[in-house]
Amino acid sequence: MRRRRLTAKHGFTAWAVVVYAFLFLPILVMALFAFNKPSAAALAGFHGSNICSLPPDQIGNITVWNGFTSCWFSAGLHDPTFIPAIVVSLQIAAEAAVVSTVLGLCAALALARMKPRLRAPFDALVYLTLVVPEIVIAVASLIFFVQVRNNFHAFPSLGKATILIGQVVFNASVAMLIIRARFVGMGDVLEEAAYDLGSGPLATFRQVTLPRLMPAIVAAALLSFTFSFDDYVLPAFTNGTTNTWPIVLYSAVRFGLTPAVNALATIMLGVTLAAVVVTAVILRRSRVRVGPGQVTAPGLDAALGLR
Amino acid sequence: MAVAEKTPEVAAVPAATRRKRSFRPRYPVWLTAPSLLYYTVFFLGPMAILVAFSLATQQGFGSLRYGFDTSQYRQVTSSLYLTIFERTLLMAAVGTLLTIAVGYPVAYWMARYLSTYKMLALLLIVVPFWTSFLIRTYALKIILDPHGYLAQDLGINVLYTKYAVGVGLVYNYLPLFILPVFASLERMDWTLIEAATDLGARPFTAFREITLRLTLPGVVTGGLLVFIPMTGEYIIPNILGGGNYEFVGNVIGDQFNQAQNQPFGSALSIGLMAALSVFVIAYILVATKEEQFGA
Repeated sequence: MRRRRLTAKHGFTAWAVVVYAFLFLPILVMALFAFNKPSAAALAGFHGSNICSLPPDQIGNITVWNGFTSCWFSAGLHDPTFIPAIVVSLQIAAEAAVVSTVLGLCAALALARMKPRLRAPFDALVYLTLVVPEIVIAVASLIFFVQVRNNFHAFPSLGKATILIGQVVFNASVAMLIIRARFVGMGDVLEEAAYDLGSGPLATFRQVTLPRLMPAIVAAALLSFTFSFDDYVLPAFTNGTTNTWPIVLYSAVRFGLTPAVNALATIMLGVTLAAVVVTAVILRRSRVRVGPGQVTAPGLDAALGLR
Repeated sequence: MAVAEKTPEVAAVPAATRRKRSFRPRYPVWLTAPSLLYYTVFFLGPMAILVAFSLATQQGFGSLRYGFDTSQYRQVTSSLYLTIFERTLLMAAVGTLLTIAVGYPVAYWMARYLSTYKMLALLLIVVPFWTSFLIRTYALKIILDPHGYLAQDLGINVLYTKYAVGVGLVYNYLPLFILPVFASLERMDWTLIEAATDLGARPFTAFREITLRLTLPGVVTGGLLVFIPMTGEYIIPNILGGGNYEFVGNVIGDQFNQAQNQPFGSALSIGLMAALSVFVIAYILVATKEEQFGA
């Protein structure tokens, strides 16, 4: 009996190791190849001083290891298309995070304690925004923006503004679900106590509700930021002439690229990793006490997509 | 209004079991107005115009006339495009089943055997989930490259085939499946397994009769959670399939990028949503039925 348990456990552990390797090996290889030299054949015919100034079509086979260099990082950071695109993406993502979180927070507050019959249609709409494939939302938004612009010239033409408008639809829904999950989990006992002690609705919200909702608000904002920053499909159709980081990354991946792309992707991965760890720490610290002795972290659950 | 509603409720419940509440915090309904307005204009608006476009008639290059022309839908249901729908749904189904087969044991392992490192293992699943989808797909492409080690030394040359697309689907959506299934396994009462084995059940029987049954709702939810975006997938077939293995999403994109046949692209979009809604409605029916019977 005991031996059987042990072998089953070993089997599962071995499988888990294989799966973790499957998840991380490609990412690690990509990071490693950010330090890869151009192929020996390409270097033989090259006479400049900086080997990372070779154009994509002349660097030869870079999917095998050719030797160590760190010059792709400076090449990537000085690239005339990548850096402006990253700045544009950061800007749109920050705006999307703020707008989505505010919309989501307002809706979450009202919906959490609304009668189910009133809430159902709104919930259906929210789930619809999450279920409709992004490619469908992208092409629908494209024709919508073009038509509206043709009829109302005050409406922004395709560009940063239309990317933002499209992304907020999806992100506001995600933000609303995360914040509502925590709001429901919190209960209303403390708010009631604040009212009993003579605090008005606005003061209660500012001093009691909002601080306790903060972890979920931060999680929602971070998730919106990440989704917006990574989003390729929607901006690919509604960007006009604006280039975002996923758009230049995508065209680099499809049509000729250098390890400079790996270098920038590796920097991004490092930043994301740091953000995930910080978020996890914030959410772990702010566990909510729901009932006697029962401790949960609804914000974390929601951020992980568990609700 | 709140007071009028509360009085009969309090009267119905014995005073001893229900504390008299001085206040029931509620936020005004108008707080939903901003997002409701936003969804109406920027989500339902585009959807409405998509329907209008799918019924419009293409006139020359790029201009069209609104009307009630169903010829686009006839083209969508022609054998050429039905093949693409079939391929997309089949591929998404296979991808989902593979994801379940790969991911369920990992979630089980985390919930059953880990304690100290559970949080770390979970975090390691979350990290890929938060990193860029494009970067992960690109990372996979490097590994699968025909000039790379996998193709040259091991003879596994699958880039730009359906196998690469399948691997890409599992690779990208695995974390999204593991998380909800882990949540349902985490709620499992493992003493039930002990009781079953004490009463003579073999471990596999105990797993099948207890663990699997209790976590099946989580598996179905997680499966749908990955099946839906897999069906609408656009990036993976493009980068890893290299245009040789197009999904419906890619064909839709082509109608707007290259072919400039927007009415047909719109009709394809409606078709894709219709195909997906079958699965979503089936799921909702099953889920509500389960709730009714308390399973």
